[in-house]
Amino acid sequence: MARTKDFSVIGKPLPRVDAWAKCTGRAQYADDLSLPRMAYGKLLPSIYPHALIQHIDISQAERLSGVLAVITGESLPVKYGIMPSTQDETALAVGKVRYVGEPVAAVAAIDEDIAEEALSLIHVEYEPLKPIMSIEEAVTVKEPRIHDYGPEGNIHKLVSLEFGDVDAGFAEADHVREDVFFYQGNTHLPMEQHSALAQWNPAEEKLTLWSSTQTAHYVHRALARVLQLPEHKIRVIAPPVGGGFGGKDDPFSHEICAAKLSMITGRPIKITLTREEVFYAHRGRHPVLMWVKTGVKKNGKITAMHFKSFLDGGAYGSYGIASTYYTGALQTITYKIPAYRFQGMRVFTNKPPSGPKRGHGTPQPRYAVELHMDKLAQDLKIDPITLRLRNLTGPNHMTVNWLKITSNGLKKCVKKVVAASGWKDKYRKLPLGKGVGFACSTYICGAGLPIYWNDMPHSEVQIKIDRTGTVTAFSGAIDIGQGSDTVLATVIAEVLGLYPQDIKLVTADTDLTPIDLGSYSSRVTMMMGNAAYEAAMKARKLIFKAASEKLGVPVKNLVAKERRIFDREDPKRALSFAEAARLAETRFGLIGAVGSYKPPKKMGNYKGSGVGPSPAYSFSACVAQVDCDSETGAVRVEKIWLAHDIGRAINPILVEGQIEGSVYMALGEVLMEEQIFRKNLHKIPSLLDYKSLTFKEMPPVESILIETDEPRGPFGAKEAGQGPLNPVIPAVANAVYNALGIRIEEIPITPEKVLKALEEKAKGKLARVGPDGIPDYKFPDPIKVEPPEEWKQEHPPVSQAAEKVG
Amino acid sequence: MLRLPKFEYLAPKTLSEATKMLADHGPDAMAVAGGTDVYPKMKRRQFLPKLLIGLRHLNELKGVQGNAHSGLVIKAGTSLTEVSNHPMVRESYPGLATATGVISTPILRNMGTIGGNLCLDTRCNYYDQTHHWRAAIGWCMKAPGPKGWAIAPERAPEKGDIPCRVAPGSPRCWAVSSTDSAPMFIALDAKVKLMSRAGERLIPVRELYRDDGMFYLNKRHEELLTEIHLPPASGVKSTYWKLRRRGSFDFPVLGVAVTLRQAPDGRVERAKIVLGGVGSHPMEMPQAAQLLMGQKITPDVLDAVAQAVFQPARPLDNTDYHLFYRKRMAAVYVKRALTELASM
Repeated sequence: MARTKDFSVIGKPLPRVDAWAKCTGRAQYADDLSLPRMAYGKLLPSIYPHALIQHIDISQAERLSGVLAVITGESLPVKYGIMPSTQDETALAVGKVRYVGEPVAAVAAIDEDIAEEALSLIHVEYEPLKPIMSIEEAVTVKEPRIHDYGPEGNIHKLVSLEFGDVDAGFAEADHVREDVFFYQGNTHLPMEQHSALAQWNPAEEKLTLWSSTQTAHYVHRALARVLQLPEHKIRVIAPPVGGGFGGKDDPFSHEICAAKLSMITGRPIKITLTREEVFYAHRGRHPVLMWVKTGVKKNGKITAMHFKSFLDGGAYGSYGIASTYYTGALQTITYKIPAYRFQGMRVFTNKPPSGPKRGHGTPQPRYAVELHMDKLAQDLKIDPITLRLRNLTGPNHMTVNWLKITSNGLKKCVKKVVAASGWKDKYRKLPLGKGVGFACSTYICGAGLPIYWNDMPHSEVQIKIDRTGTVTAFSGAIDIGQGSDTVLATVIAEVLGLYPQDIKLVTADTDLTPIDLGSYSSRVTMMMGNAAYEAAMKARKLIFKAASEKLGVPVKNLVAKERRIFDREDPKRALSFAEAARLAETRFGLIGAVGSYKPPKKMGNYKGSGVGPSPAYSFSACVAQVDCDSETGAVRVEKIWLAHDIGRAINPILVEGQIEGSVYMALGEVLMEEQIFRKNLHKIPSLLDYKSLTFKEMPPVESILIETDEPRGPFGAKEAGQGPLNPVIPAVANAVYNALGIRIEEIPITPEKVLKALEEKAKGKLARVGPDGIPDYKFPDPIKVEPPEEWKQEHPPVSQAAEKVG
Repeated sequence: MLRLPKFEYLAPKTLSEATKMLADHGPDAMAVAGGTDVYPKMKRRQFLPKLLIGLRHLNELKGVQGNAHSGLVIKAGTSLTEVSNHPMVRESYPGLATATGVISTPILRNMGTIGGNLCLDTRCNYYDQTHHWRAAIGWCMKAPGPKGWAIAPERAPEKGDIPCRVAPGSPRCWAVSSTDSAPMFIALDAKVKLMSRAGERLIPVRELYRDDGMFYLNKRHEELLTEIHLPPASGVKSTYWKLRRRGSFDFPVLGVAVTLRQAPDGRVERAKIVLGGVGSHPMEMPQAAQLLMGQKITPDVLDAVAQAVFQPARPLDNTDYHLFYRKRMAAVYVKRALTELASM
């Protein structure tokens, strides 16, 4: 890839291409759409957490004037699920309900009031079953089973892997410690509630679905499967999405029901979820109970780590298999771990399904490991920053579990954030109640594998340039607020010498745009960006060729910049971009170009090796400063400093926006957010009672962008959407310890927990609030995976390495 | 979004027309001013009035009159923003400016009225949920689902028929008084005017409330709360401390209203402490206040007062935060409120 630091639009703080539409309310979200003869759908939620459905009587509802159709699980019996190996969902419950709020029936009516009234006329007879509401219960209670698959009882997935010789690693350690942590579940809370509008065209037997989704391509596939329609008869369009955070990554009941109801009634049907239904659709952060044991040398060097995780999956599979692996996969990316054993378990419970939320499966282990590292530093009487610096991975590093790191700016992140925050003058030097805490982390830039197995590109971009000089880009990528439209336009604009607002965009429409797998796993800048770069370079080649002939300047001397094509040596020899486009069309016919991106092949060859590989990894380091009130237990975060290795910022405003958004979300998780249940149902499914931060709690954030010019990224770019969330949560927890000398080892850190820990401390007991232990469960013996050669060469056995450190 | 049930809306042109409508239509009708409590509760099917009588546009119900020497009359339809920003309120009744300024959010304070806040429905996290949620967990006596709507004692479900969810053996409802302004008005010795077609009466604000989560107002259904009368400020200092998870949106899970007058030597001549958010009605703490009388505010006195507040506060597990935490915070917040006033 051509590398020049003299960019025109890359790296410039330009406004988003959709800023005007979004700020003036002109952007049309899914629920804003309306079609002639449109009718409304609503879903009947289950009132039982776990029950057999004996009988559903829809006759009364069907007779209500204004009702167009009523359907139940029998109308949509085909199972689906985001992961090919866990097709365990139906659009409406068939035979059994598994959580309060699960859709049981759906109605279409001429208005929402009638649809709602019709729901009250549907009579469902249930036979209640024992609900299973916790990890501990799910591990021990074998019957009833929530699903009839999985290794045993209510266990959904078991993982047991070992890389390198862990027992030998522990034997070599000078010090070993074990800790137990709990990370409470929480939800995405997008501003926009999910909405889907379906239109069936009976003449063409064609279905169109507009949906607030992050994954139009996967919704497309699920619709084809469940509705048993050929894929080319379905068109899925994602309008601008009002926030996703992973909550709109799965195919959902309301999308399939809207489609089915439209097919039955012949009218467009819209279903918009209520806020309460969004809490039940969920797919949020898994509650995870974790146990971690690490061996270290006296100098702090890690010799081995053993990590166990227990994930509360809720009622369905969703992304859960990937989530389980993610709780174990990335530990080795941050710190050099010579021998690593990971054992993970996901269980089914009678709660809304857990799934991917910003950071997918990695904030939980990051919280555990970063608190654990702080405690190791204390055991060894080493400064916590020094301990981390001694263990950091570097660039071009192969991990023991076969993950390849290319660029790595973590060390620089640590140094910058430590300097900016004034760490050295604050750590252990602030008055009682005030404190600073530190943590670092990593994240993937796109999953190395697609959700369903195939060998095709993950992202494709098409560019058309016509004689007016108009450039139109077609991409399946979905702007969920993260700014993917701006990234697409900026990459193409840079190559063609235009401005982002010059590029017309057609996105996220499965009829018009080529495939992009979706806005998940922090993949879009990396994958769509590379595809767009390739397409733009191909188009530029044709434009340059035509311009070269006209100007009599060799192609290699041509520059595209500021809407002109000109001679590098004599910039007055120039054509406007539009003139050049006209010449190119005259010479070659319509100018069109395509680009595709497929991540590098995965390295490891063991079961589960598909989760963790990525073209590149982003890194973050965070310092949090807190002010704690020891009388009320209140924790106020005063400031967050966050340094993020972005590779290169395509647009620094977007990157800072992602960092600030990540900090906001992380602070909600560490301070107050809880997806909690009482008497077998969600205790607080409303925006008022489910507490997330307001402006009043949001501290200033100092974002520091570290550029490492990632060789695999478009213009050197990496991700920013998820990674910056990860270090914030443990940094705050560590800051609370620094402030008050108490360890809160289960989030959220509520005032009640702070006071409880302070009381224990005053009594001279262990100043800790956290889980007592993990379930007594014997995992299967780990599959032993030989570390890669590259790793072994880089890392001779620990004993020799230790000698070198001396 | 949740849908409003069907209802009729009447827009009286005068206050007397409004009281007539209320009397004519009986318990099927409800008055609505700002609507920030009524409409969400209708969407969740907690209120199911057949008829709403709108008061929003009645100029007779708007404005603040009087001064610190004669006392203030605040008309019930005045917005919370106006009350909180009013120069005389800020100058002479600062605790009231604070209490009304921390209600919900700026936007809702622009809509919500001071009379509406005094009449705010009691809250409980078993009750303030959607119809579906309550169907799943089981109905409670305050929101008995298909059995109707507890608008007035004469419509109450039979005793023991439908339980209380937070205290299942209880014959009464334990929903929590969640108005920020009521404890402050009580601490300021304010009165409210209740008007009906039959006439009007002026009662102390503390007599407006009953210790009953369901029927929490001593206001007859046909009465409208029209005015709040504040006595002369006469050297009384006031403050309000509110406990909630976040600095905006949230209802109080503990409100501490304190008024204090001190002699030039610092000795307390008058003190009132009223707690909100810990029971079904605002709770006066006369024993605690008595401990202050004739005393200078010293750490020992503060400890004694805090202890006296801690004992009677009896929150239940039906709001945000753990109930023991709220009880414990009552003592801390009273201490902090008194410390603040003593330093003024």
